[in-house]
Amino acid sequence: MQDHDPLKDEPKEKVDDNSGVSRRDFLKISTISAAAVPILGTKVVQAAGEPVKVYGPGKVPVELTINGQKHTLQLEPRVTLLDALRDQLDITGAKRVCDRAECGTCTVLLDNRAVYACSVLAIEAQGKAITTVESLMQGDILHPIQQAFVDNDASQCGFCTPGFVLAFKAFLDEHPNASPEEIRRGLSGNLCRCGTYHGIQLAIAQIAQKGA
Amino acid sequence: MPDYNWPDADHRTLIGKRISRVDSPVKVSGRAKYTYDYHGANMLFGKVLRSPHAKAKIVSIDTSAAEKLPGVKAVEIIQKAGSTAQWAGDEIVAVAAVDEATAEDAARLIKVNYQPMSYLVSDAEPPAGAGEAAGPMSEDEIDDAISNQMPDAQLTQYLQEHGVSFKVDDDFLKDMKGEGASDAVLAAIRQAPYHEVKGGGHSNYQKTATQTSGDPEKAFVEADVVSEGLYGAPVIVHCCLEPHGSVSEWIDKDHLFTHISTQNVSGIAAQMAEPLGVSAANIRIHQDNIGGGFGSKFAADRWDIAAARLSRKAGGRPVRIMLERDAELKVAGARPSAYARVKVAAKKDGTITGWQSQSWGTGGPGGGGMPPIPYVFGIPNQHKEHTAIRNNIGPARAWRAPNHPQAAVITMGALDDLAAKLNMDPLDLWLKNLEITGPRRDVYREELGVAADSMGWKKKWRPRGQNVSGNIARGLGLSIHTWGGRGHASDCDLTIHPDGSVDIKMGTQDIGTGTRTTIVIVAAETLGIPIEAINLYIGDTLYPPSGGSGGSTTPGGVSSSTRRAAVDAREALFAKVAPALNAKPEDLECVNSTVRVKNDPSRSLDWKQACSKIGAMPLTIRGKNPDKSKPPDLTNSGVGGVGMADVEVDIETGIVRVKKMVAVQDCGLIIDLKMAESSCYGALAMGISYALFEEKVMDQATGRMLNPNMEFYRLAGLNDIPELVVHMMTGKGYDERGVIGLGEPPVISPGAAIANAVANAIGARVSFLPLTPDKVLAALSQQNMAHKAGA
Repeated sequence: MQDHDPLKDEPKEKVDDNSGVSRRDFLKISTISAAAVPILGTKVVQAAGEPVKVYGPGKVPVELTINGQKHTLQLEPRVTLLDALRDQLDITGAKRVCDRAECGTCTVLLDNRAVYACSVLAIEAQGKAITTVESLMQGDILHPIQQAFVDNDASQCGFCTPGFVLAFKAFLDEHPNASPEEIRRGLSGNLCRCGTYHGIQLAIAQIAQKGA
Repeated sequence: MPDYNWPDADHRTLIGKRISRVDSPVKVSGRAKYTYDYHGANMLFGKVLRSPHAKAKIVSIDTSAAEKLPGVKAVEIIQKAGSTAQWAGDEIVAVAAVDEATAEDAARLIKVNYQPMSYLVSDAEPPAGAGEAAGPMSEDEIDDAISNQMPDAQLTQYLQEHGVSFKVDDDFLKDMKGEGASDAVLAAIRQAPYHEVKGGGHSNYQKTATQTSGDPEKAFVEADVVSEGLYGAPVIVHCCLEPHGSVSEWIDKDHLFTHISTQNVSGIAAQMAEPLGVSAANIRIHQDNIGGGFGSKFAADRWDIAAARLSRKAGGRPVRIMLERDAELKVAGARPSAYARVKVAAKKDGTITGWQSQSWGTGGPGGGGMPPIPYVFGIPNQHKEHTAIRNNIGPARAWRAPNHPQAAVITMGALDDLAAKLNMDPLDLWLKNLEITGPRRDVYREELGVAADSMGWKKKWRPRGQNVSGNIARGLGLSIHTWGGRGHASDCDLTIHPDGSVDIKMGTQDIGTGTRTTIVIVAAETLGIPIEAINLYIGDTLYPPSGGSGGSTTPGGVSSSTRRAAVDAREALFAKVAPALNAKPEDLECVNSTVRVKNDPSRSLDWKQACSKIGAMPLTIRGKNPDKSKPPDLTNSGVGGVGMADVEVDIETGIVRVKKMVAVQDCGLIIDLKMAESSCYGALAMGISYALFEEKVMDQATGRMLNPNMEFYRLAGLNDIPELVVHMMTGKGYDERGVIGLGEPPVISPGAAIANAVANAIGARVSFLPLTPDKVLAALSQQNMAHKAGA
């Protein structure tokens, strides 16, 4: 998961008065000062002199920018980004498998960095550019990474494939000259049960040679 | 009669080539829809409350608080008060609510009063004297014996001596025939005496038949060398990435529509009909894609029935129950364990003369059967005893190549130890004894040669423990395997439309094995048109039935029915087109999207023009498999394969790393070489997981699975995968056998080959998979102590 300032990217709109606090902010608050633990009914609490927004516990408006499109949803603050994508918006390329950041199958990009969508709350993803696997294909043209997966038969049941493709893209965007060995390590947060790793290794070699 | 035979090598333009699977683009782009992705209008979310106890009487259930929770739409008791939960995770109550969190909240509000009972979750070696003696066979035991490929002679003899514990009826015989029972076995079941089983509860230990052949006592007395050892593999789970589950909705009060993650599209409705009190004809089953099954997704499970019942209670609204990850690993299937104390007798020259084994293992509440040991090698003079442990770890299900990987670990391990004792290269021992491997012996010989070359075996191999540099020990291991195959029942509707478009409808499924691609390659090859010209519809009971994808029977089944349909359609088209080309139908051929006169290509019509001669109505042909009226049999049974492993073991940390693996495999006529190789590559990766990481770890104190997640139930990742080499046997001697499936065979040997490579590296046998550092270090220290004691 990426390191970022949780305050910097907070959404601008008002939040529900009957509110709780986001998980990340809660962690931040509780590590700063016990006295700053939020009280229900406030919409902003002070944490070490900084304002922290508070959500819920009922449904709150959440605005997500997914593949360049804005979506406004009413969600409980406990809803993960993954569940918001899949169950609210029918964007199902990211899969739910372990639901606890162990397998990489739910990988999406937040401001171009790969994250496990099962372990990001939807409210935390506000104000960030969310990229899902659905955006990679341009018309009928597959992204070169996707094409490399096709060419090298790197999917069988295909359930893990979107996660691999996106993790691959994020890693390459950040490390454009990575060696196959480095890419392999970069993708080691993703798991496959059918055992398509040989095909993925060939896809890695193809991309490392030809570029994406 | 039309010629249904597979085209020979000179007339194949698609079959056997390397073709990218047709559904890859939709999968890599995230557009492929799986059952878990289906979201019906007004869908409700189902959750299942599960037993926290490994075994407990359900005393009372109070669902009133859950029912009152706002957002809860239906509650369904799965196991009533008075029943007994048989494993931790057993289903008790299901709820459906407007969102998942509410359903979870509701499940937590249900009060179940349990009376915990004593349980067993261990599969350790049964205490001496434990276990019931052999008795009459139950339905499950016969089923087990047949799926374990117990030799006919043994099974029929057992049935004659011990009888059966139930009334045999025609349905049961039909089922067993479907499982592959021979006529001799079916007759033995029909004639077996009925013996009532007296008394109530069963012991946890069930001794299965003691099996003796030849004169094992004499063989061991006369042996030059006797090798003894302990071998085995634990229970592992399927860990399908898409969990088990379904979404059910009632279209009206008599019609159900179910999306389900299944390997068995055409077989699900019949399983749901009775518990739901509706005819199978009124149940529609649908699945576009499945995120892994590996043998565990043939059934309509209890949670599927519950989802349909919840939907009915909620006025027909769709109800989704997909298992959470922990439930998936706890209850949705497992590969049984198998362990054995083995003695092997041999002559000095390496000729194997005798086998003795005491084996045990568990497949959960049903106990499970004996793996087919000794595996592949038909050793003369055998004595075998097996004890099945019935325990409370949750049920077993078919797992790619049921019972064979365990049999390979035990048998190939025992023979590898024998080779070490004889100071022989195991490759030489295997070659020396190929005569007793049966009809595939020459295939094994050829395959062992190819594999040894790919591995560089002769150059790399050193006797045990003699390839150590610093703290790194290097070693090689090998294993061979076999599987049946043949083709399941499959109906295929192929339609040629007057505008030249072609569609195929079949109630099969593509479980990631390339079934879609197989079907369109066969049809395109037969009709002489590109694969892109064929619209394929699968995964729905609206289409003609096709068998479940199990036992490597799908490629044989779907390719045969597609071939027959396409050949018949082609003949029908020729009859319509012949007058226009002023030729006889039998003089026509389909080549390069044209229909033309053989030997006179100038007289031709392009595909579209030709199809316009069909008339106003499309032409639909049903192809079937099997179909004795349209010979030949286009499939076959019986393949052999070889696995070899090269490993490195850090003798200070006990960490094993696989450096290279080789798989050599035959599977008759290959439809798509690229996909066939992928099946083997994938099987090698799975084998590495099996050998090094996987185990369903049960907690004796609580009776629960300790690692029901993907952090501690570890699967191999990219960094665990070394250089993999796959060689498919093709050409003369292979192609003419017909199409044989490849799902099971390549997954069998890797675990055994890696275990043997580790023994070769460190000079000691690690008895049980997975080969984790603690076990490797224990084997090393035991060996050191033995050396000191001997010195």
